Amino acid sequence: MNRPSVAAAFAGLVHRDLLLAARRKSEPLFALGFFVIVASLFPLGLGPEPELLRRIAPGVLWVAALLAAMLSLGRLFAADYEDGTLEAIAVAPVPLAVAVLAKVAAHWLVTGVPLVLASPVLALQYGLPAEAIAVLAASLLLGTPVLSFVGAIGAALTLGVRGGGVLLALLVLPLYVPPLVFGAGAVDARLAGLPAGANLSLLGACLALAAGLAPVAAAAAVRIALE
Amino acid sequence: MRRLRWFRYASPQTFYPLAGRLVPVFAVLAAVSGAIGLYLGFFVAPTDAQQGEAYRIIFVHVPASWMSMVLSRVMAFWAGVGLVFNTRLSSMMAHALAPTGAMFTFLSLWTGALWGRPTWGTYWVWDARLTSELILFFLYIGYMALAAAIDDPRRGDRASAVLALVGVVNVPIIYFSVQWWNTLHQGASVSLTRAPTMAATMLAGMLVMTFAFWMYSIAVALSRVRAILLEREAHTDWARAVARAEAA
Amino acid sequence: MQGGRIASAQTAWPRSGPGEEVATWGPSERFSPHNSTFSFPMLDADRLECVRGRRRLFAELSFALAPGECLWVQGPNGSGKTSLLRILAGLARPERGEVRWNGTPVGELGEEYRAELLWCGHALALKEDLSPEENLRAWSAVGGYPLGREQALSALDALGVAQLAELPVRALSQGQKRRVALARLALGGRRLWLLDEPLTSLDARASETLGALLDAHLGAGGVAVLASHQPVPARAPMRVHALA
Repeated sequence: MNRPSVAAAFAGLVHRDLLLAARRKSEPLFALGFFVIVASLFPLGLGPEPELLRRIAPGVLWVAALLAAMLSLGRLFAADYEDGTLEAIAVAPVPLAVAVLAKVAAHWLVTGVPLVLASPVLALQYGLPAEAIAVLAASLLLGTPVLSFVGAIGAALTLGVRGGGVLLALLVLPLYVPPLVFGAGAVDARLAGLPAGANLSLLGACLALAAGLAPVAAAAAVRIALE
Repeated sequence: MRRLRWFRYASPQTFYPLAGRLVPVFAVLAAVSGAIGLYLGFFVAPTDAQQGEAYRIIFVHVPASWMSMVLSRVMAFWAGVGLVFNTRLSSMMAHALAPTGAMFTFLSLWTGALWGRPTWGTYWVWDARLTSELILFFLYIGYMALAAAIDDPRRGDRASAVLALVGVVNVPIIYFSVQWWNTLHQGASVSLTRAPTMAATMLAGMLVMTFAFWMYSIAVALSRVRAILLEREAHTDWARAVARAEAA
Repeated sequence: MQGGRIASAQTAWPRSGPGEEVATWGPSERFSPHNSTFSFPMLDADRLECVRGRRRLFAELSFALAPGECLWVQGPNGSGKTSLLRILAGLARPERGEVRWNGTPVGELGEEYRAELLWCGHALALKEDLSPEENLRAWSAVGGYPLGREQALSALDALGVAQLAELPVRALSQGQKRRVALARLALGGRRLWLLDEPLTSLDARASETLGALLDAHLGAGGVAVLASHQPVPARAPMRVHALA
């Protein structure tokens, strides 16, 4: 008997989701656009003094990225849920956690990576020095996957539920506190002249934990939603 | 079908009257120990050298925070049991505990603020404990909101169980991250926990109050789970008989 | 072991003749009732009970299917046909009872069972932005069995939609979409078919194609459970179960 190939399933699902994102070019731009707009609003609200902007930059940029990532989560499973594809994935002889991992990976590639790439440009708006910009990009590179993983749990729990978007925010934002603290903390440390290594390592630990546990929890939540 | 005697009480029909008999017992225990605890706290414990009389609010604040943490774990335990073993009563117990846990969290936040004002001049401090309590409050609210938003009660039980388990795993992580954040930003390094040099009567007072809150939680949870049982099992014969008997 | 009828030569599936090696797609080698060694039914349901919300849809529902047998589930809307199929597919858990595949409870088999079943739910499970060929290959890859372009096109051809293979699915009519979804059946290789209202939107010719595919599947020793308001034009005899 031929065994189903888990690697082929993972690659196939990532490929499919990337193809879909490429066909609908608008969706990945929403998260990026939101990030840029929110990051541009803060200076308008607070005033342009360079010292103040440099102080608030790590937190503001991180919160903006976090909110942008969260907004895009709603569509992670919803489209597949509506057209029956999620059912087909659940019935496949491949562990559902692997399928979730594939979907989160594709989601991150489409929504998370643009945030990482845009962050240096926005950091310039806030007058961050070069080393701090590098740390910011690194922290977002480690942190945005955590946001996608943890957010997948919330997205799966709220599939097809009334008030989905706001409920999703309520469920997911408390869980976003650790990556936010470590990510913004890394940039703050660098700005203060201290090494950012400790914060980034903790962020890496969050990523390892999230990558290991979140797909399992999200898969359980998907099965519950499909019952 | 297990024949262990205590699994008998896992059946809603037998649990309902048992809970009914237990509620007054725990309520009385709660009232009595609460009275003792408050007396100890407000009259017997000595005046604090630095903080004067205002510190006495910790006799409510600290037990409330402990209960909010404990109840979150008990709730996650029952929710997990309901998820794994597919038992309805366990999930109902988790739902019964959630509002009480949220109430204690809210109480802890308010008493923390009332303590902070005379002691440190500010209603809110971003210390690890208070901030984690705030996050815990959001988790309780999220649990209740998710269960309420899902129409099918069994799906609601299972989804909120996953959330409770994820939340309980995350609370220590969040607590640690906020502590870390506090050490980074040295301004807010005040802690609302007293140093261990507490007078014996102070500790006794807090323990008695904790016991009182625990008894209260059990009494309220049992009473609430009875109401949830009647509501969920409204279509069964035994529930209708009970409702008729109580209406008479 | 008595099975079904011998696979008839004029069916659309499989493409190769007897004695030729079929490029194996899917978990099972070519199976037939003659080399079946099982003395118990392939699929059996034991006193299934289903509760949705507060309603008990069905209880004490049992059946056993030997290789080559097909169960046709009938009943009005809301009677639990889809729920039964979802329980058999492992998407939903029954309140009571269990489903067994070759004697082993399906819960224990897990992925082994899911590798043998082909689920065609009421929802088409097609991505509107992708073409039929891309959809079929994606569905198959996600199931763990990557599909070559040629195989995909020949499966689409079996359902008469090969000429639409490059268009986005959103440009197709309902009937054409249903046929693209059913092209999965033409790939074969799975022993259990679970079909929920497969005839929806199909015209007479497409219905006959489906019937022929079903006949070939049953003839080769597979089993099927289908829910349908209308009779499926297959020549194989069907066991009928009517839900209240």
